[in-house]
Amino acid sequence: MIVMKNICKTYKVAKRNAGFKEAARSFFRREYENVQALDHISFTVQDGETVGYIGPNGAGKSTTIKILSGILTPDSGECLVDGRTPWKNRIDHVAQIGVVFGQRSQLWWDVPVIDSFELLRDIYSVPHAAYRDNLDELTELLDLGELLRTPARQLSLGQRMRCELAASLLHSPKILFLDEPTIGLDAVSKIAVREFIVKRNQTHNTTVLLTTHDMQDIEAITKRIILIGKGRLLLDGSLEDIRRGGEDIDKTVAELYRSYEI
Amino acid sequence: MRFEVAVMRFSDFSAADVTRPHPNPQNNLAFFRLRFLTGLQYRAAALAGVATQFAWGFMEIKVFLAFHRTNPAAFPMTLGQLSSYLWLQQAFLAFFMAWLMEGELFDCIGGGGVAYELCRPINLYDMWFARSAATRLSAGLLRCFPILIVAAFLPEPYRMHAPADPVTALLFLLTMVLGLLVTVAVCMIVYMLTFFTISPLGLRLLFSMAAEFFQGAVIPLPFFPRPIQAVMELSPFAAMQNVPLRVYSGNLAGHALLRAVALQLFWIFALVMLGKWLNALAIKKTTVQGG
Repeated sequence: MIVMKNICKTYKVAKRNAGFKEAARSFFRREYENVQALDHISFTVQDGETVGYIGPNGAGKSTTIKILSGILTPDSGECLVDGRTPWKNRIDHVAQIGVVFGQRSQLWWDVPVIDSFELLRDIYSVPHAAYRDNLDELTELLDLGELLRTPARQLSLGQRMRCELAASLLHSPKILFLDEPTIGLDAVSKIAVREFIVKRNQTHNTTVLLTTHDMQDIEAITKRIILIGKGRLLLDGSLEDIRRGGEDIDKTVAELYRSYEI
Repeated sequence: MRFEVAVMRFSDFSAADVTRPHPNPQNNLAFFRLRFLTGLQYRAAALAGVATQFAWGFMEIKVFLAFHRTNPAAFPMTLGQLSSYLWLQQAFLAFFMAWLMEGELFDCIGGGGVAYELCRPINLYDMWFARSAATRLSAGLLRCFPILIVAAFLPEPYRMHAPADPVTALLFLLTMVLGLLVTVAVCMIVYMLTFFTISPLGLRLLFSMAAEFFQGAVIPLPFFPRPIQAVMELSPFAAMQNVPLRVYSGNLAGHALLRAVALQLFWIFALVMLGKWLNALAIKKTTVQGG
């Protein structure tokens, strides 16, 4: 179970106006502006739930994922993931979760994917038999086959994302955080990724928290959506709550963003 | 007073570290295997490396031979010792050259890929230490044999000699492992400092140059004037290649050797402690870019 209570996080950003004079001035006296990335965010996610975490760019989605996966420490607030505070028990915590950052890669660039998998197996101390079973299952569901023998740098983005998903599940985590897993993918790959996530949730009861800008992801995968904007939680409900009779989902969400002025 | 604060933080940190589940030794082996495989993937690079090191080795010996001809009495090593020193240096280049740092680690600190590294159930310092050691070990082992074998059959004075006795050979291996650990620990300091500077350029240049010069990669330390050499030998850099390469040919023995090994052990301890402390600080204040 994931419990977030009044989580706040601010970033300090150095700012200055254009021009040489301004640059020289800021060399001696720098002006900082505090950007409130998260402002008293609270929500609870039950085991086995699939939650879509949406909001415009810069809303604080990735910041939330990073706090939940123990990478960032919030300024204030409480957070418990299966009883652990992510940033306090980072090493215990990350052994139990899977994370995919859609815009980064966790595979070793130069060697075949299978070598990266075996490294992860050893890093997470996955027993060999369990690893075999997991790998077989993931290979079949994600159609990895020949991809495993290919160096990561020679994979297409869609192929790579399927491998990234597999990589994040080799240690059978109960919770999966996905930060824009379908970004930049073609239609076929998107559908493959969505179907896989749904199946994983059904067969393993894996809790999934996913951020995305693609509303079709939300329609296909999640039952519940959480909307944030400018660091504040604006809405927590189901897709039906926001949709008004048969309207296009993208339009609905755009309308929603406008109504909250975010 | 400041120092006391630092020491207190050290102990806090190591206490926290002990309670964590310890990474199993398999991890280190895993990095080594992956690095070895990566090395094998790039056959052309390995061949080019071997060729470069041969050319460089010959050139260096030529230069020192010219010195020797002008004044043999001022030469602090025998020619045989010098040839062995230089060939071993070229064969095990990957073990000791400070400039061979991991570009991927710098990229991942500057570009935010470190997010994934922090998602792994291992202490970041331990993981990167294992990874860097594995990179050097596998690169060194992949490339050393062609050089060692050919150098052993070259005509005098270019020939590399066998160590005088088995004890020397063992001491050579021991000090080489310690030297490798010192080198990795020095590079770890650079990685950790990059968390604070973001750009690694300046740090890399500074550390690479200092390490090159003070570890005797350009000129072996015995060639420096006595008083300067005495000071240089205390630096962490002298605990890198300077010790094993001189032990091999008997240039470093007896009391001086004991002192050198003690210094190696001291520097490994001190640098790892400093690196772990920086690591704890860096992680505390890390804000991963983007999002």
